[in-house]
Amino acid sequence: MGQSLEYLKETPSQTAGPYVHIGLAPGAAGFDIYDQELGKDIIGPHAKGERIRVEGLVIDGTGNPIKDVMLETWQANADGNYAHPESGPVEDGFRGWGRIITDFKTGEWGFDTIKPGAVMGRDGRMMAPHISLWIVARGINIGLNTRLYFDDETEANAADPVLNLIEWENRRPTLVAKRTERDGRPVYRFDIRIQGEDETVFFDI
Amino acid sequence: MKPAEFYQRDHDRHPAAYTPGYKTSVARSPRLALISLQQSASEITGPVFGHDDLGELDHDLIRNYASDGDPIGERIILHGRVLDENARPVPNTLLEVWQANSGGRYRHRNDTYLAPVDPNFGGCGRTMTDAQGYYFFRTVKPGAYPWRNNVNSWRPAHIHVSVFGTSFSQRLITQLYFEGDPMIPLCPIVQTIADPDAIDQLTAKLDMNATIPLDSVAYRFDIVLRGRRSTLFENRLEGN
Ligand SMILES: [Fe+3]
Repeated sequence: MGQSLEYLKETPSQTAGPYVHIGLAPGAAGFDIYDQELGKDIIGPHAKGERIRVEGLVIDGTGNPIKDVMLETWQANADGNYAHPESGPVEDGFRGWGRIITDFKTGEWGFDTIKPGAVMGRDGRMMAPHISLWIVARGINIGLNTRLYFDDETEANAADPVLNLIEWENRRPTLVAKRTERDGRPVYRFDIRIQGEDETVFFDI
Repeated sequence: MKPAEFYQRDHDRHPAAYTPGYKTSVARSPRLALISLQQSASEITGPVFGHDDLGELDHDLIRNYASDGDPIGERIILHGRVLDENARPVPNTLLEVWQANSGGRYRHRNDTYLAPVDPNFGGCGRTMTDAQGYYFFRTVKPGAYPWRNNVNSWRPAHIHVSVFGTSFSQRLITQLYFEGDPMIPLCPIVQTIADPDAIDQLTAKLDMNATIPLDSVAYRFDIVLRGRRSTLFENRLEGN
């Protein structure tokens, strides 16, 4: 008998199902139970940086929006620091994490935040400003990880080590949100295609 | 030793994205391979929660929505530990659960199953693990319910579980089942997992030692999150 390595195995994933809102956003399920629902305020009251809105759809392989999807967002502050003991510091009340629920009729989602700063990556290479996204829904067996970049960061995007890792250059734009303005406010559009033509790049992190 | 990346995910342990027996996955699964990403600060950090985020009754599904009595159903304690793949406890991490009531009906605007909503049951709870990674909830055992997959598909009794760990790369949502339920092997969602040992890991075990006599039966459910490498050798994760 050899020695055995005493590692445990990760608990397997299962789909979040159609009623994920009950647990993670009960207000959207249609009832009020908690003093505060988590993930509604991404940046808190004191965040530095440019106020932006991000909007989009998550589209399935038939071309239809997924109306029961839930997204979580994770981002740095304007200085490129995360609200985490191994990063930081960040402004009081800045969490950098959000939960995004779609409109059940249209599948449209949106959130308000600040544009993050560039983040120090591996080997001292700067990563362009980006927001990490995690996507769960009925029919998604294990949460999908992707990143949102900004189309007005042309130079930083061109040097970004993660975008450059994607061998197929024509797939890189699937990770880049497009800036428009509405009532003088910047709004970035980011549609995520789960499958098919222009399938969004998803990462095994 | 400075902790570094998390171990890569063993995808043979998890369901594949495309599992045609679970029909909804067909159009909701990427067709192209995931791009493997060596972790940076964006992946090894993740949101931090505290007790200020929670209310006193959040972990007690028997009382957290009750207005004029207890919910109907078998009273159960659900408890266990959150560990990582190195078998180390994961302390102070947020766990959230949601479930149907004892009749198999969800309190959700989109659930139209004919079983009644229980006026005293919300069906969600949340808690933080303690310093040893331990957690517990009190609830009622959920009922099985039918769903549209095959003409006659039923979900085994299950509780949905969401857990964070300390990093965005450990984020996990899963479902727990109950030991001995004959519907487990029939369920197309359970069967998205190929490895029988992995399915067994999702099956909460009857725990008579934690049962409260004359009150509640207990089930034990330990959760394992991805473990983290320690840097024995320089791996140049950070620039400084
Ligand atoms: Fe369910």
